[in-house]
Amino acid sequence: MELYNLTIHELHEKLKKKEITSLELTEVFLKRIDAVDGKIKAYITVTKEDAMKQAMEADKRISSGKDITPLTGVPISVKDIFCTKGILTTCASKILNNFVPPYDATVIKKLKEAGAVILGKNNMDEFAMGSSTENSAFFVTKNPWDTERVPGGSSGGSAASVSAGECAGSIGTDTGGSIRQPASCCGVVGLKPTYGRVSRYGMIAFASSLDQAGPMTKDVLDCAIMLNTMAGYDPQDSTSIDAPVPDYTKVLTKDMKGLKIGIPKEYFIKGLDSDVEKAVKEAIEVLKKQGVSVVDISLPHTDYAIAVYYLVATAEASSNLARYDGVKYGSRAKDSKNLMDMYCKTRDEGFGSEVKRRIMLGAYSLSAGYYDAYYKKASQVRTLIKRDFEEAFKKCDVILTPTAPTPAFKIGEKTADPLTMYLSDIFTISCNLAGIPGLSIPCGFTKDNLPIGLQILGKPLDEETVLKTAYAYEQATDWHKKRPKLN
Amino acid sequence: MAITKKDVEHVATLARLALSEEETKLYTEQMGKILAYVEKLSTLDTKNVEPTTCAVSPAGIFRTDVIKPSLSQNDILRNAPEKAKGCFKVPRIIE
Repeated sequence: MELYNLTIHELHEKLKKKEITSLELTEVFLKRIDAVDGKIKAYITVTKEDAMKQAMEADKRISSGKDITPLTGVPISVKDIFCTKGILTTCASKILNNFVPPYDATVIKKLKEAGAVILGKNNMDEFAMGSSTENSAFFVTKNPWDTERVPGGSSGGSAASVSAGECAGSIGTDTGGSIRQPASCCGVVGLKPTYGRVSRYGMIAFASSLDQAGPMTKDVLDCAIMLNTMAGYDPQDSTSIDAPVPDYTKVLTKDMKGLKIGIPKEYFIKGLDSDVEKAVKEAIEVLKKQGVSVVDISLPHTDYAIAVYYLVATAEASSNLARYDGVKYGSRAKDSKNLMDMYCKTRDEGFGSEVKRRIMLGAYSLSAGYYDAYYKKASQVRTLIKRDFEEAFKKCDVILTPTAPTPAFKIGEKTADPLTMYLSDIFTISCNLAGIPGLSIPCGFTKDNLPIGLQILGKPLDEETVLKTAYAYEQATDWHKKRPKLN
Repeated sequence: MAITKKDVEHVATLARLALSEEETKLYTEQMGKILAYVEKLSTLDTKNVEPTTCAVSPAGIFRTDVIKPSLSQNDILRNAPEKAKGCFKVPRIIE
């Protein structure tokens, strides 16, 4: 197999045994990016020189034999939502098209300290608002399995870069499914950890009570390896959880006896693609053979999740995005009459249409006279959704669902009507509202050879059982070994 | 509660967005549809339900107020669209 198709743990073995240097490996990935990114468009910025410098540092570390982590010398990519010191960070928005952060996000700092090599910054929906990466202000990323289709979103560039072998692994962010849905569309593993498990410091905010960063990888072991580095309390993020970080690779055993899996009836509905339904039901059978027991559960408020989300997330976004005013950083409109005029023009020119729509919706639902009917009501229903999960987890250890109702859709298919696009997150959104961890893992292909994702939801801070279940399933199947044919 | 063009214009001012006539028209229509969709929440009884604003972490976390090093003035100003004498420069505020 080509080096660019190997996993992080496979590359780590080669680096450790000195079969290859990090610099050689970095050059392999940079060459791969040169060869295929014209077609896939997963990167907004490729940081060739910095990557080579980081690789040389990693090689020194490896040859000294000291302080080598499973990520030392391994080339990865990161979503362009993470602040990277001295490197353009756009959030795929015109309003940040010249923003060079003076500091690193905490997760970037941790990955760098572990010795990871950062190849560049991935394309995404502007400010992470979207499910297809079509809302990028710069260009659309293509799905490596079918370049006429979207890679999902908002972390579409990250998912596509992993799937196309343009990096060994990547990190994305997930506010309503933005890691899991693109992972499902591109046939990779993606984990949204428990809210607060990973620091949000230096991650450009969309909806602060929902945003969470997580790994996007070629298999489950890689996912655990990256989470080991990313997780942990950060004094710079007061909402990060001060709980010990276990070694997530330790729980990856195939022993599934005694584990209870819940299947929510509300997730097998009309509109669910028949290939998706079949693949997910087969996945449940695979796990049954490994000794798990299956229980039927109910999450009765599932149908209200999208409504809650589009009030809560937009309200938070309208407040978070107030900072883009053309004063402190980012672009500023020319020829303004006065300060107010400058604010309004800068924001109208700088934000794309989906971002403006959400700011408007959020500002409306928070405005005088509407707060109780919209924002407060939505926050109350959010409590009901959270309670649904608390009740369900009394009966089971993890919950299995499809990640998305359909495989990757065609570019342009859902752009005309925002509501149709919002509905593609129907199975991923509740997880963010409840703050629980959720993972998507490849579980088959449609008749048209498009990847299908299986979603595994867990109890708060129980990433271990989520990863363990994913690993047991993965070891019994071959889906994670499939790679798209490019060229 | 149907949203009108006038509502949209009012919210655009609150949100500091100089929307074009075309955008105002489009958002009036699209926001109307989205608000009609979220109307389904009103069918639920939430009379005694506490709102959740943050799912996992407790709200209101305090830390001791100590002086720590921060980014330099130069680092902070580097991204400013306009600056003068170590400050951010903005268009005239008082006519």
